[in-house]
Amino acid sequence: MMLTELFQRGEFVVTAEVGPPKGYHIEHLLHEAETYLKGHVHAVNVTDNQSSVMRLGSLATCKALKDKGLNPIFQMTCRDRNRIGLQSDILSAALFGIDNLLCLTGDHTTLGDNPQAKPVFDLDSVSLLHMLKKLESGEDMAGNPLEGEPPKFAKGAVVSPCSDSVDVQLAKMEAKVRAGAEYFQTQAVYEPEKFIKFMEKAKQFGVPVQLGIVIPKNVGMVKYMNANVAGISVPDSMIAELQADKEKTKAGITGVEISARLIKECKPYCQGVHIMALGWESKIPDILAKAGL
Amino acid sequence: MLITQLKSKETIEALAKGKTVIINCHGCKEVYFPEQEAAELQKELSVGGNVTEIITRDYICNPDNLRFQLKKFEDKIKDADTVLVFSCGVGVQTVAAFLEDKKVFACCDTCPLPGFQGVTPLEFDCGQCGECYLNSTGGICPITACSKSLVNGQCGGAKNGRCEVNKDMECGWERIYRKLEKLGRLDTLKYEAKVRDYAKPFKESKDEG
Repeated sequence: MMLTELFQRGEFVVTAEVGPPKGYHIEHLLHEAETYLKGHVHAVNVTDNQSSVMRLGSLATCKALKDKGLNPIFQMTCRDRNRIGLQSDILSAALFGIDNLLCLTGDHTTLGDNPQAKPVFDLDSVSLLHMLKKLESGEDMAGNPLEGEPPKFAKGAVVSPCSDSVDVQLAKMEAKVRAGAEYFQTQAVYEPEKFIKFMEKAKQFGVPVQLGIVIPKNVGMVKYMNANVAGISVPDSMIAELQADKEKTKAGITGVEISARLIKECKPYCQGVHIMALGWESKIPDILAKAGL
Repeated sequence: MLITQLKSKETIEALAKGKTVIINCHGCKEVYFPEQEAAELQKELSVGGNVTEIITRDYICNPDNLRFQLKKFEDKIKDADTVLVFSCGVGVQTVAAFLEDKKVFACCDTCPLPGFQGVTPLEFDCGQCGECYLNSTGGICPITACSKSLVNGQCGGAKNGRCEVNKDMECGWERIYRKLEKLGRLDTLKYEAKVRDYAKPFKESKDEG
């Protein structure tokens, strides 16, 4: 089911994210998804060789999730395929009935576990969205006609509301909307006041935005993100909160509490939430319950 | 070797807004320059009376050389609304960086030619893409200043303005945004999605011969 239909109905859209394994055995991933995500979230993102680390493909994992009755979101980056490969995989997704896409430029190859690889970037997030619109109109990027009924997708994109250069982010967001983005998922937010300020400016684009949540697991993780991950800044007060009761943090209770609180504070300003659990999928039902969703 | 080709007459006419100074770069043995076509076009541009100076020099890609060469035209340049540069992509970037408060536009596209390539002794580089983007990016080249050579804005991977690939490098697209902001030209970024044509430079050089 297309995410855009849910937004149109006025639902507060809840999605989560899973990362395929480095191998082709996905019994564990499917079990977690069926246990903790099915019935709790509207759709599940499947990352595309996240952080440039080579793994099982997003499309195949999306298909496996769909066969188990989950609603997958096919994440696509422009790092590993040129426009021929991207268009072909989009048609393959349509064949499998996968109708939610999330378009990203992608991390650079040098950040991952095969740093010798050639970075492609034939297209980027904006021209990928533009290409999707062309496919939906019944022709490929070069203007050649497609056979039969054209595919139709809910076309998503990402934005970083707490970036250190939020004005540049907003300009890019606008370019994505112009190119056809119909919904946005954000980078992890830890500062509601920054997010609310961002939403005041972003609402002019008239496109639904899902608040991004990365469950803070421990002090080491958030300090690492502060130093290395673009668009993320965890305030000192939150680091102190994670430090205060080490046992509680270790059990995941602090992370769940913080995540639920962030959702509650930001909910009036956005149209959904996207939870990136990074292996803590089992905490998602608890977070949603505490957030009143 | 590089070959520079003039952009279309309509494109260049649209760029020549207000008082205009033209800078030609001739004489570099690594770059073919369409001397005659450029002279004819500049003559036509001058008819309206808006072209206040036509400067022809060599090696404007060398910043020190450029500074000395432009010294005696300081007043004319200060007074100009627009500076049009007829050179390879490196020359345009050097002028745009030197005249950082001016609207500096490229009037040529730069394509590769097989053979020995000249050495450019500075941080600017021209990707010889054959479809020069410098006019919509404030004179900063997205092909060479962005690690991913993106043409539709930044990837979002920069942290504190530093590129995700190389922390010693500024994010090229943040530089472009700040430059356009400074020039009051952020509207320039509101273009339709750009898609690169990788067949272009090769097609052109085949046509040539």
